[in-house]
Amino acid sequence: MNKIPENINVILATDCGSTTTKSILIENIDGEYRLTYRGEAPTTVEAPFEDVTRGVLNAIMELEELSDRKILDGEKFINTSKKDANGIDLYISTSSAGGGLQMMVAGVVKNMTGESAQRAALGAGSIVMDIIASNDGRKYHEKVKRIRELRPDMVLLSGGVDGGTKSHVVELAEILSAANPKPRLGNDYKLPIIYAGNKEARKEINKTLVDKTDLKMVDNIRPTLEVENLQPSRDKIHDLFMEHVMAQAPGYDKLTNWTDCPIMPTPGAVGEIIKRIARKESISVVGVDIGGATTDVFSVFDNKFNRTVSANYGMSYSICNVLADAGVDNVSRWLSHEIDESDLTNRIANKMIRPTTIPQTLEELIIEQAIAREALRLSFDQHKKFAVSLKGVQQERTISDTFDQTMTGETLVNMKDLDMIVGSGGVLSHAPRREQACKMLIDSFLPEGVTQLAVDSIFMMPQLGVLASVYEKAAIEVFNKDCLIRLGTCIAPSGLDELGASIMDYSFKINGKEINGELKYGEIILIDTDFSSCKAQFSMKNDFELNGKKEFSGDIYGGEVGIILDGRGRPFNFKLDTKDRKKLINAWSQSVNEYPILEI
Amino acid sequence: MSKSYTPGLKILEKTSIDKDRILPLKGKVHVEEGTMVDANKIVASTEIPGNVQMVNIANELNIDPDQVSDCMLCEVDEQIKKGQVIARSKGLFGFFKSEVNSPLDGTIGNISDVTGQVIISEKPFPIEVDAYIPGKISDIFKKEGVLVSSYGMLIQGIIGIGGEKKGYIKSIDSLDIDKSDNLQDKIIIIKSTLTYDFYKKINALDAKGIVCGGIDYSTLTKILKKPLGVAITGMEDTTTIIVTEGFGQIEMANRTYELLNKKDGQFASINGATQIRAGVMRPEIFIGSDTDEQSVESFNEDSLAISTKSTVRIIREPFFGKIGKVTNLPSELVKINTETTSRVAEIEFEDGSKEIIPRANLEVILSH
Repeated sequence: MNKIPENINVILATDCGSTTTKSILIENIDGEYRLTYRGEAPTTVEAPFEDVTRGVLNAIMELEELSDRKILDGEKFINTSKKDANGIDLYISTSSAGGGLQMMVAGVVKNMTGESAQRAALGAGSIVMDIIASNDGRKYHEKVKRIRELRPDMVLLSGGVDGGTKSHVVELAEILSAANPKPRLGNDYKLPIIYAGNKEARKEINKTLVDKTDLKMVDNIRPTLEVENLQPSRDKIHDLFMEHVMAQAPGYDKLTNWTDCPIMPTPGAVGEIIKRIARKESISVVGVDIGGATTDVFSVFDNKFNRTVSANYGMSYSICNVLADAGVDNVSRWLSHEIDESDLTNRIANKMIRPTTIPQTLEELIIEQAIAREALRLSFDQHKKFAVSLKGVQQERTISDTFDQTMTGETLVNMKDLDMIVGSGGVLSHAPRREQACKMLIDSFLPEGVTQLAVDSIFMMPQLGVLASVYEKAAIEVFNKDCLIRLGTCIAPSGLDELGASIMDYSFKINGKEINGELKYGEIILIDTDFSSCKAQFSMKNDFELNGKKEFSGDIYGGEVGIILDGRGRPFNFKLDTKDRKKLINAWSQSVNEYPILEI
Repeated sequence: MSKSYTPGLKILEKTSIDKDRILPLKGKVHVEEGTMVDANKIVASTEIPGNVQMVNIANELNIDPDQVSDCMLCEVDEQIKKGQVIARSKGLFGFFKSEVNSPLDGTIGNISDVTGQVIISEKPFPIEVDAYIPGKISDIFKKEGVLVSSYGMLIQGIIGIGGEKKGYIKSIDSLDIDKSDNLQDKIIIIKSTLTYDFYKKINALDAKGIVCGGIDYSTLTKILKKPLGVAITGMEDTTTIIVTEGFGQIEMANRTYELLNKKDGQFASINGATQIRAGVMRPEIFIGSDTDEQSVESFNEDSLAISTKSTVRIIREPFFGKIGKVTNLPSELVKINTETTSRVAEIEFEDGSKEIIPRANLEVILSH
């Protein structure tokens, strides 16, 4: 196949998920790359097929039928030709089938090297099953037992700054050696261990682990306390993912030969596209992908990328965990209709055991979206706690810093600096009304100031993430034109007041027309305007502020929903026993045209 | 004719079943291919490494870690006894020697001259795998386990807790249990929803398992002493419970109840283990029989398809639990009450009423 970017006109991309394999076709139409067709088929990693390529071929065949383009000749790809409209120029794929990449990380100090190792593993698209650390409070035999039980796909071992103490990280290696863990997939190959710790300890680490494991050495993840060096570890994780994990999964050896660039773990690919968007547009971004089993949150603030995976917050398989952690009251606060607690919990539990069902009534849809709000909120809370500045860094302070109590380990997620939230996953991408996706994002992420909102139209960010690594232009064009549905912008002043108090004057100039008004505390106002910029002016009242200022004047973008003026204040204090809760819920819902009717 | 594939639970009176009986680590297989085995026969066994303990020799002897090797009186892989002297310091001019005694029976796993620690592994734990169901050893996986093949009745539940158990089926009409009842080797079948009070009574009488129609999520929380967050079960240390229909006040489907009732007093193997994700695992009840291969009605892919006249169960509100027949499968997408467009089926219920239901909310009833 021709891989010179300028000659690539037809791109085939697949994403092999745990249950579904998705395929998309991207074509160069009049000099612009656009998504043209989408297909899907069940993933075939499990018995009786046990060959991932069967599902891939089925998903491609669906594309062939829809597009009338012949892509396959038997099991071989047809190259494009000028004679007819058949074939493709580039084939790429991502995968999270078989449970994705499951890792364990080890570090000497849990919230220093341990956290750096976790960041490296998560950023590479893995699920971190546990962090073993010298100071995690567990006894030696408990750590050994835990490692044996987990059977990770690979281990990232870190600890110590270069030239520092060796004994602690060697002790971790001894624990790993004593556990002698067997990999999850494949009975006969050695467990890959990546060593990214004190380079002075390499000899001892090698002596301890080389016979029992497939040991790889990379640069220290924390060469000094002030520097975090994640990329060498992430690159090695990707290499080993291909060499070991993918090689053990049924059919992947074949799929690897088909693709024109290495297969990436799905979340790793989503992270890639989020990073590129943030860099290209010089903005801070939060991305979320809410699935059936897990919720991934990505963020880029100050060019620092972080990803967390909330492994037990999802909309089907782990929906009851959301219920357990959020509590019934937090789910119920989003419902404007009466429902018995037992009935509510039974309905949610039934979704867990029959995950493919869909809400048939409006009441069921509202319950599902209520629990989605809590899953997103909990996942974002976890992300904020993890995406922090380096801990343990010595800070030089001058006399001017005396009253500035900022500490190391502070969250990087500053909602006032956030420019855009991108939502993805079934409950957001496939919500019957875009207003519902928009409202779910606002209620769970609680953006402050001026924040654009968008959803992934059909969850194609993973494929675009891999494409971006080969041909960024095509990936960005499709991302902007076909993937990203611009919902609009949320304007949320910070402050607290009495319900009905005037908190902001606003004025917009949209298509030559002036729209003026006053936003009251506790209300939401929707300004209907599409994705084009309009001049806006906001004047804050009382103690309210917008991005730390009393006045705002600038360009604001609308979208499929429009501009949402959120007068509910920040911090947002809304509980089950909030006065007039049901009335407020209904008013907020009606103001954005969220549901067809509210009499259930 | 239009068809649609939906998930379905197996409710099969006569079927063949194959069970992999695999060790967690490689070990020894104790049976040969072709052998007939009963459910309790140990078919494979292995040993998993014992717990480890670390002894900091450098600290105990007050020496540098790099001197530990010189002070050790035993080597890596050497077996040692509790109380045995495993290290001794050189002392001063041959006097004032310190010693370290082994805190346990075990094997020296590692001696480190960086950390100064010695790893001692305890004796390995034996692990045995039984046949679980009576049948024939139809395949051997070298050093890993066997495949047991059998014939009989197979009923899958929707969710369960607790692991593999074996016992005798006992159908109970009334929830009044006499404390003097001997239920120690019994698997109790009740048609209705399992209440916490009933569970406590059965549990106190040491029954092997309970099969019921429904269970409240709050009851399950009480039994587990914590909410069930993720649908991975099987490791709970409780009476095994298998729920056939789902959460809420819901009775077991008539056909399932009748089939289980017919087997009252017979030996059954049950497993509450459930995993709802890739590699779906549902809880099951298997009752072996003398059925031979000829009388087993086979299933093919078409059995999983719903087509007009298929019997289906509605698996989501507002008609959750109702059973009906498919009367029409329109090919075009239909806008339902939530405003989502969905592929739907027209269902006729037993009382003659008809409803349009999204196909995703149907479960084909796989039964003969």
